[in-house]
Amino acid sequence: MNTGPQPLNPLRDPRDKRLPRVAGPCVLVLFGVTGDLSRKKLLPAIYDLANRGLLPPGFSLVGFARRDWEHQDFRQLAHDAVKEHARTPFREDVWNQLAEGIHFVPGTFDDPGAFEALAMAVKELDEQRGTGGNYAFYLSIPPKFFQEVVQQLQASGLSQPSEGSWRRVVIEKPFGHDLASAQELNAILHEVFPEESIFRIDHYLGKETVQNILALRFANNLFEPIWNRSYVDHVQITMAEDIGIGGRAGYFDGVGTARDVIQNHLLQLLALTAMEEPVSFAAESVRAEKAKVLSAVRLPKDLGANTVRGQYSAGWQGGVKVRGYHEEEGIPPNSRTDTYAAVRVDVDTRRWAGVPFYLRTGKRLARRATEVALVFQRAPHLPFAATDTEELGQNALVIRVQPDEGVTMRFGSKVPGTSMEVRDVNMDFDYGESFTESSPEAYERLLLDVLIGDPPLFPRQEEVELSWEILDPIEEYWDKHGKPELYKAGSWGPKAADEMMARDGRAWRRL
Amino acid sequence: MNIDLTNTTTRKVLDALSAARHRMGGPATGKVLTLVVLTEEASQYDAVRASTEAAREHPCRIIVVIGRSPHGESRLDAEVRVGETGPGETVVLRLYGQLIEHADSVVLPLLVPDTPVVAWWPGIAPDKPAEEALGALAQRRVTDARGGSDPLGTLKKLAEAYEPGDTDFAWTRITGWRTLLAATLDQPHDDITGARVEADPHNPSAALLAAWLSDRLAVPCTVTESHGPGITGVRLTTTVGDIAITRPDGRVATLSRPEQPDRQVALHRRPTSELLAEELRRLDPDEVYRDAVLRFAKGLDGPAQTTPEAEEAGGEAEAGGGAAKGGGAAGKTTEAAAAPAKAPRGGRGKKS
Repeated sequence: MNTGPQPLNPLRDPRDKRLPRVAGPCVLVLFGVTGDLSRKKLLPAIYDLANRGLLPPGFSLVGFARRDWEHQDFRQLAHDAVKEHARTPFREDVWNQLAEGIHFVPGTFDDPGAFEALAMAVKELDEQRGTGGNYAFYLSIPPKFFQEVVQQLQASGLSQPSEGSWRRVVIEKPFGHDLASAQELNAILHEVFPEESIFRIDHYLGKETVQNILALRFANNLFEPIWNRSYVDHVQITMAEDIGIGGRAGYFDGVGTARDVIQNHLLQLLALTAMEEPVSFAAESVRAEKAKVLSAVRLPKDLGANTVRGQYSAGWQGGVKVRGYHEEEGIPPNSRTDTYAAVRVDVDTRRWAGVPFYLRTGKRLARRATEVALVFQRAPHLPFAATDTEELGQNALVIRVQPDEGVTMRFGSKVPGTSMEVRDVNMDFDYGESFTESSPEAYERLLLDVLIGDPPLFPRQEEVELSWEILDPIEEYWDKHGKPELYKAGSWGPKAADEMMARDGRAWRRL
Repeated sequence: MNIDLTNTTTRKVLDALSAARHRMGGPATGKVLTLVVLTEEASQYDAVRASTEAAREHPCRIIVVIGRSPHGESRLDAEVRVGETGPGETVVLRLYGQLIEHADSVVLPLLVPDTPVVAWWPGIAPDKPAEEALGALAQRRVTDARGGSDPLGTLKKLAEAYEPGDTDFAWTRITGWRTLLAATLDQPHDDITGARVEADPHNPSAALLAAWLSDRLAVPCTVTESHGPGITGVRLTTTVGDIAITRPDGRVATLSRPEQPDRQVALHRRPTSELLAEELRRLDPDEVYRDAVLRFAKGLDGPAQTTPEAEEAGGEAEAGGGAAKGGGAAGKTTEAAAAPAKAPRGGRGKKS
């Protein structure tokens, strides 16, 4: 058997665009199989990948959890999760193939015996199903267990790849809760796994619309010439959620929405929006540009005037009476955790000097919406009577990340009639309406990239640390000054956020 | 909304389309292409259904052109459907009399401006798609060799008339097989010396798959007959044994490699709508299809394309090299294509 490198596969041809990338033989070991993420996203995504023919023959999935389960029980859980949440239609054949490769190893993270059993199990899969000794470990568990698990993986020899095989470890946010803890977490992982085999999942980066930011900017000639301080007045990046914290009180309280959302999702969106053109779309080039622009982010001197945090109080959200944050189960009555955060930052580059970036996120807001909006300067001269353009706002280019994925352009147009009256109109490009059935879930894309070993969509440790460097001073300031302002559930956040914009002579877009 | 227009003109059809759009309140955005379906009354229902399904992935205007009786007076009947079954718009045109000869004059004004046009013949393929009046309007011309009674003969004609932008469902149907084969060869393997495709008789997809393998691997590749359904197996002969993918039931494939356990994977046969959706995904010429179909045409000389027994084909090929049997019809097997003289042993697979 020739096991040497074979760089040229004669059946592959760059012109052959019909052939998708398919993962090589491997086992995915899933820690935390009973969690929400695993049931709602990961297991369905694995099925969808199988259904699309993107998983290799013999692909195997091993669940590990503290349950007294047989393989059959885990298969049942997976079956139910797939039936309920999978994007693609349920096919008995595909499921049967997949189910044969689904195994379960019961155990706790502190039990070396359980990890030895796990090692035996994957080895057996290599022999029975030809998975080639390639293992990806998906840690869908709270970060406090990471240390224990990776050390057990090392002790049991699972983390050591044999000649010609690979090991990968996948972790989800949060990547720490500040710079120090992020570095500590990283050190724990690095003790056992090298950086190139660590895949940090920020599921936003797997979304089609987020990837489309790069296509929109760098594949077109229409936008890039105006994508700078000469034309852009300011940028608003928003992630609004209509839900409260639900059952996540234990995780959320003390962390807050700034750490939960701004540090990863919003700063990643900022990086993609503000970065310079990478020399290529190779992982290293894209990450280098992202790191560059993140390192150029500057916080305002007066944090008090340029940051806002809030907490939702009881109110009516979308026709339903909902509780305030303090009344949520498991939240201490004196909690100062933010459920809304808005921050102004600047990007110190030639392209963006003097163009503020406003980031905001919140829970229990009026509507669920994530978008990046570039708001343009007003025309330098309007050859119309002032009364004609009273209703004309600023032009905007909006990348709608979710829902209704797409792009909106807002510009002025003449109102039909005898007078010259100009009013804002919207021009929409809609992914959501027509492409939803075909566009894969973010997790499908990301899982496949992990199994193939394709890193561009995963943030590097450097980006994580740069993001914490941006957020840490804000969190420190908040710790020492004041407390979150209350806002009514179902509204668009605290008044202070509107006042913050008004001081700059601007206003939030109403979403 | 459904609008029927009898004895009409394209002008009235366009008016009906925009009136329907206005009344639905939907803007004219999002149509990425025009799909022209050339079909007959009997098969229009299935063709429209498949197109509408595919339009969910590729929002488009579907123009169905049905030729009715060529005798009698020229007449155009149209049926406009907007927002009935999915995104996009469907116009069903029925042509009578002499107008059938001038279908392009009806279709041309109805194309969505400044977007690609795809022509699809779900039934019998024309001899020269690119020279058809409606084929010439299109960037992509999609035929189905299986639509007629002589699939292999049709495919050969299509190969001879190939113009950039042509493709055939016989090719689309094997994307799953090709994906699996390519993924298989992503893994380390020994030198491949021959290949064999097993399929039910007169299967144009099997012929194309064999031609593709032969072209890419530079080894002789034969097609042998099985009981189907469709393609039932592909066998790549290597120096230490066969890499085989078998799919006896049309649903689940088994991958066997020397010294490795068998692995199974679902490999189902796809419905027309999915094939069409795949075709609409790329609108540039498919050069890999061109290479495969030309190779197929080159190696196909006699009328007997497949024979039931071809067990020794792989061995023969290794011993003799393909060049000597370029004619293909010699002996009991027909080679889908002759192996080129310069690399008879599949040297491209291994560089180390």
